[in-house]
Parts: sequence; structure tokens; C-alpha cells
Amino acid sequence: MKYSYSILRSLIISSLLVATPLLVSAAEVNVYSYRKPQLIDPMFAAFTEQTGIKVNSVFAKKGMLERLQSEGANSPADLVFTVDIGRLSDIKNAGLTQSVDSARFAGHIPKNYQDPQGHWFGLTTRARIIVASKERVKIGEILSYEDLADPKWKDRICTRSGKHPYMVALTASMIAHHGAAGAKVWLAGLKSNLARKPKGNDRAQVKAVKEGECDVAVINHYYMANMLKDPEQVPWAESVNVLFPNQSDRGTHMNVSGVALTKHAPNRADAIKLMDFLAGSQGQQMYAQKNGEYPVKSGVAWNELQKSWGKFKEDSLSLAAIADNRAAAIRMADEVGYNN
Amino acid sequence: MATGLSHALKHLPRQGHQSGSPPDWWTAGALVLAALALMPVAAVVFFAVDSSGDIWGHLVRTSLPGYVGNTLWLMLGVGCSVFLTGVSTAWLVTMCRFPGRRIFEWLLLFPLAIPAYVIAYAYTDFLEYAGPVQGLLRALFGWHSARDYFFPEIRSLGGAITLMGLVLYPYVYLLARSAFLEQSVNVLEVSRVLGRGPWRTFTTVSLPAARPAIVVGVSLALMETLNDYGTVDFFAVYTMTAGLVDVWLGMGSLAGGAQIATTMLAFVILLITLERISRRHQKVYQQSSSRFRALPAYYLGGFRSALAIMACALPVLGGFVVPVLVLGRLAIVYFERSWTPAFQTYTLNSLLLSASAALLALLVALFIAYSRRLNGGRVLGFATRIAALGYAVPGAVLAVGILVPFAAFDNALDSLLRRTVGFSSGLLLSGTVVAVLFAYVVRFLAVALGQVESSLEKVSPSMDMAARTLGYRAGQTLLRYHVPLIRGGMLTAVMIVFVDCMKELPATLLLRPFNFETLATHVYQFASDEMLGEAALGSLTIVVVGLIPVLVLSRMIARSRLTLGNPAGQG
Repeated sequence: MKYSYSILRSLIISSLLVATPLLVSAAEVNVYSYRKPQLIDPMFAAFTEQTGIKVNSVFAKKGMLERLQSEGANSPADLVFTVDIGRLSDIKNAGLTQSVDSARFAGHIPKNYQDPQGHWFGLTTRARIIVASKERVKIGEILSYEDLADPKWKDRICTRSGKHPYMVALTASMIAHHGAAGAKVWLAGLKSNLARKPKGNDRAQVKAVKEGECDVAVINHYYMANMLKDPEQVPWAESVNVLFPNQSDRGTHMNVSGVALTKHAPNRADAIKLMDFLAGSQGQQMYAQKNGEYPVKSGVAWNELQKSWGKFKEDSLSLAAIADNRAAAIRMADEVGYNN
Repeated sequence: MATGLSHALKHLPRQGHQSGSPPDWWTAGALVLAALALMPVAAVVFFAVDSSGDIWGHLVRTSLPGYVGNTLWLMLGVGCSVFLTGVSTAWLVTMCRFPGRRIFEWLLLFPLAIPAYVIAYAYTDFLEYAGPVQGLLRALFGWHSARDYFFPEIRSLGGAITLMGLVLYPYVYLLARSAFLEQSVNVLEVSRVLGRGPWRTFTTVSLPAARPAIVVGVSLALMETLNDYGTVDFFAVYTMTAGLVDVWLGMGSLAGGAQIATTMLAFVILLITLERISRRHQKVYQQSSSRFRALPAYYLGGFRSALAIMACALPVLGGFVVPVLVLGRLAIVYFERSWTPAFQTYTLNSLLLSASAALLALLVALFIAYSRRLNGGRVLGFATRIAALGYAVPGAVLAVGILVPFAAFDNALDSLLRRTVGFSSGLLLSGTVVAVLFAYVVRFLAVALGQVESSLEKVSPSMDMAARTLGYRAGQTLLRYHVPLIRGGMLTAVMIVFVDCMKELPATLLLRPFNFETLATHVYQFASDEMLGEAALGSLTIVVVGLIPVLVLSRMIARSRLTLGNPAGQG
């Protein structure tokens, strides 16, 4: 009897030990992140220092949505961080988010960078820019995304996979602006101008320009800042001119990294505090300084590189419209055989 | 051959089934374990039942033929590569004598410790335009840009085949070598007496005898090829797995992704079934005396021994030395950035998790394999074979297959407790290390089971009969007789599972608790962004830690055949 009691007791204790992380009730916020930890941990640390609220995070790119979904009402997650609009709209559409009164972000986050119902918010923007070889492409020779499909660039352009979220968002914006048929002609034209089969990330495309494999590449702007921080990669970044496309018409295509509050967030109040912090001046400035991303809040100081590029016109297309065209954009990449 | 005798023995009445014996715990336990192991694969099949809209129509019209073609070429290429490399080197180091043989015996295992995605990054760095090889060529020939000369592209189907072959051949080498070590000296002598030379002995005697082990090795390598995403994604080789990820994450259809996974599974089942049917009537038992008699050896001289050295050195150079040098250089350059206090914690996490998973997987495999031996249950055999196929499913999908049932269990328990005792248990297993451990055991059970079963198969059933006649119960027989006999196979199983767990990424990423990193997840943060420099120290640590069991166990296996390499034993 005594023996079975002690077994029971140790069972309870051990199951409590397993569940301990969930029972400790010190102020904390739990984050599921599609963003790499090295890009947001500094902001979390600053938040903890300021508020005493601990931030726990787990990073994964595949299956986070399913994890959140299957955990249901018991999920410990409060916030989900993503690197593009696609995942934000996926988790909203799966019914895994709740709305936050967007009035609290008025003056911080522009309307086109948030969900109309307040289910997700962009925290930083990233411009999809064109870079061109300083040696082989004259300034002004290429000015817009539309130019990328011009046959004169045959075998001279490099991009990453046509089905990567960043390329998908660009194609989706082309669908929004030119209709499906127009966008398909454009994508097929760009495909036939590719110097090589799409491979590698944005950084690798700049390297290919440096090495003479292609003359023009399409990348997210902050890769330039990242390369300039790495001694081995500085020559790649220095081999190209940076161009913000479509300045004479609709402006440069922008994507966001963003955040959503989960439907069953157990630490709702503290989670909103973290959102406030990241959308506020200090958080926004850290994003610009540390990651080279553009702050969504206006009036926040840019980093030196961003200052050197100067102000530019952003495409004001709402991200919700881009999200709606994503599925069509991915199919289009299949249909024109973009990755073949 | 002992086949006739053991066949007769097999049909004798079994001790375990005498009247009044307790219920058969072995079968029951094994069935429970198999059901647990089967759960993730079953969940994936279950996801596939849902509608995926018109995705298949779209895929068939556009990308699918390419995915299938790439997958088949990749499997064919890697299959041939690992077979040729693994079997030939295993034969050379076991049966031939040439300078350096004893060093190669364990050096040949080293590439096992290198994750496929890491070798892909390392070779890209090594062979790229700015890398040392092309730089040297340009300096030698006075070329100036990439347009002046042709250089094979490493990020291609051919590159993927070469590199995956280089890190996956040890599966075949390891299994083929232990099969060659365990082969019967008598049979080899008969072959010699009948005037067969080394080559004919190899093709007509040793190779067929080692076939079950070689098949296990090749199929492990192929399943790993099939489930790989990191390497093929980096090399832009769009396989079925790449297509699956597209459908799942890009088009937002888990059902569609699961349907592709299920199709891949069906294909694997077909291959394995065909292979099993083709050797249905073949059974080879190890002679109980073989361990203590030296294998005959072929002494290679001059030109032949140079060839043998080359054959053994190339895979080690390509699969280990080059990538480690590349990583080593980067680890030094980026040391300041990579060496953080948390690094030790990641290493410890990796070590503890992998070691516990390896032991657990061994116990589960031993239990299931022995239970099958006792009762030969067809249901059990089928269940375990399907469960073992989890290895062929891309890790991230299998992880979802674990996630969903775990969370369902947690939530059901929680609501039950809330209703009955008003206590909320929350998520008990989801998001804990338990889920990660479970994933490792399920994922690598195929490895452990394959190894344990093929070792156990070689133990003659007359052993069981003798032990049981002496009054030992099933469990005692296993511990006293089988375990010592198949020690080598068990050690191999633990070693491979340990190394595989060290390298495992997708399931660890998805299932781990908050603020928990292993070396693999740490490396991935950087490597996934092509920041190889920052990832180098972590990758190198995975390799070094993975080498520890490789070293320990290769020594133990070598010793398990006492007279191996002892010239006095030569007749």
C-alpha cells in the first residue's frame, strides 16, 4: 500500500515536472516564430529589460500552423511572428488569430500594412529591389519590374525560386496590378531572361552578379546590409548598384514581417504589451539598426545604408490584396515552369 | 547449410504455448509498441484523405512529371553510388590485406557523422567561383571570369547524387561489413577448395549471403534520400519532397502534401515487397563457431593494393576530410561570432537527447524483433514494417503526424480531468522533450530494427530450442544467449541512431519546447540563410560529437571477431 502510494506520488511529481513550464505563472509571453531567432531576440531582450516580462520563443518554418491548430485552446502560444504576408494570412484564414483594436497602433502602423479586421500587423517592411552590376549595366538602363521581362535582358537575370514567398508576393502584386493574364506574360518573360535555373537565396543572386553569371538580380533590400556586415561578402554587395523599381509610377513592391495575436493567447495583456513595444519607437529603431529592415512607423531613424539610398516611393497596394493572389501566383510559377 | 535442420526445428511445438502459460506478453507488448510507432504514419495517411481541391490536376499538368523524374534519377544515382562504395570498401577491409586497411576500417565510417545538408553547404563553398578550386584554376590558366571556362555546377542533380552518396554509403558499408565478418568460414573454405578465386567467391558466396544486410543498408540510404529536403532545396533539385513542401506551405494544403507523402510511401512499400518476395526462400544462419575462427584473407600486392587504398581513401577524402577542412576554416574565421555561452547547452541537449533516443530505439527494436522471432506474427511483422517506413516520410510531415495525435491526447485528457475533477492538465506531452524523443525513436526505429532483425535472423533457431529445453524462459533466453551473440549488431544500431538523432532537424524544430536548441537547430538558423560561416562551428561540433560513438563502436565491433587480422590465424 505504502509502496503504491509512493509510486503514485512520484508519478504526480514527474508529470508536474514535465508540465512545469506551463504552470509557472511569472509574467511571460510565448512566441511561435517563423523568424530566425537571431533577428528578433535582441528586441525581446530589450522588452524584458524594460518590463520584466519574459519572452519564450520557438522557431520553425514548417508546421507551426499545424502545431497551433492542433494544440487548440490549450496552446501556450500568445503571438506568432512571420517574415512575410503569406503566413500571416494563412493563420488568420485558419481561424487561429484574434483581433486587436487597431486604434492602439494608429500613427504607428499604416493601414495598408495591417489586416482590415485587426488580425495581423506589419512591424517592418522590406522592399523588393533590383540590383545591377556596376560594370555591365548602366544606371537608368532598368527601372521597373516590368523591364525585367524585356527581351534585351535575355540570359542576364538571376532570381531565387519562383515559389519562394518573396517571389510569390511580387508575382501576386503583378497580378493585382496587371490582371492574371498580364502577370503571366510578365512572369514568362522574366523566366526566359533568367541566366540560370533559380537557386539559392537572395544573397546568392548578388554573388552571381559579382561573379559574372548574371547582370541583374531581384532581392530584398536588407540582404545588402547583411552582406556589408560580412567581410567575405562585402565585395559582392559592392559590385552592384541598388535600384528601387517603379519610382515613376506605382512605387516599389513592399512585403512585411509581422505579428498576430493567437485566438487563445493565455497571456493576452502581456502579449499586447510586446506588440506595443515592437511597434513603438524603440522597437522600430532596433529593427532598422540591427536588421536593416524599414520601420513601419514614420519618423523613426533609418540606418546609414538606408539613409544613403534615400527616400523612395512605396507601392501602396494593400497586403491583403497580395495575400489573396498568392495561390494564383504559385500556380503561375508552375505554369510558366519558372524553376525548371 | 543449417537450413534444413532449422526448418525442421521451427516446426517443433513451442515452449511458450504450453497449456496454462500466462498470456503472451511479448506479442501484446510488441503490438502496442508497433501501434505507437505506426501512429505518425497513420496520421499522415489520415491527413491525405481530406480533399486537396484540384491540386493534383494542376500538378500533373505542370510540375509533377519533373518531380517524379528528379526523384527517380536521384534514387537510382544514390542507390548505385552507395551500393558500389559501401559493398566494395566493406569487402576490401574485411577480406583483403593491404597497407592501411585497419585504419580505413574505421575511417570509412566517418562520413556518417556529416549531415547531408552540411556537406552540401561545405562543397558549395569549396567549389564555387570564389572558392579555392576555381580560384586555383583561374590563377593557373589566366582566366578572368566565369564566362571564360566551364566548371561543373555542384548545385545540380549530379551534385546531389555525388554528395548524398558520399555521406550515405556508410549505412551500406557498416551493414555489409558486419555481414561479411559474420559469414561462415566453412563456406568460404568450400568455395576455395572448389577452386574459386576471390572474385567468384565474392559474387557467388559472400554477396548473396550478405544480401539481406546490404538491402537494409541501401534501403535506409534511399529512404533518407527520399525524405531529404535541405540538400535538394539548396541544390534546386525539385524532387517529390520539394513538391510536397510547395503544396503544403505554398498552396496551403496539408492534405495535398500528405497525398504526395502517401504516394511516396506506396512506392517504397512496393520496392521493399518486391525485394522480399525475391528472396523468400533464402535463409542463412550464422555458424555458432564462426566468431572464433579467422576469415581467410587475400593478400594484395603492388598495383592491386594501391587500387584498394585508392578505393578506400576516396570516399573518406570526399565524404569527410574535405568538408571538415572547409568547415574548420570557416569555424576559425567566424569563431568569435559563433562561440557563445549557450553553445555548451546546445551541445549537451543534443548529446542527452540523442543518447536517450538511441537506447530507447534499441530496446523497442529488440523487443519487437524478438517477439516476432518467438511468435512470427504476421500482423506484427506487417505493422512494424509499415511503421519503419516512417523513415521515408519527409521529417516535417512526420512531425505533424506526431504533433496532431499528441495534442489530441493532451486535449482529451485535459477536458476529461476538467469535467471529472475540475483540474486542467493543459498540454502534458505536446511541446515537451517527450514529443521530441518520441519522434526520434519513431523516425529511426527502421534503422535499429533493420540492424537488430538482420543480426537476430542469423542466430540459428536451434539456439532458442536448446535454451528453452534447458528451462529458460523467453526473456532469459534473449538476455543470456541472443544479446551476447548479436552484440555487434546492437551496437551498430545504437551508433547509427545516435548519429542520426544528432543530425535530425525538421522534427526537432517543430516539436521542441520553448527556448530549447540542439546543435542541429542552432546550425539551421544560420545555414538556412546561407550563412555558412556562422553555422560552421555548430556543424563541426555535430560531426565531432557524432564521431565519438563511431570510434568507440567500430573498435568494439572489430574486437568482436577475436582473431580478425591476426596473421597467426591464417591457414
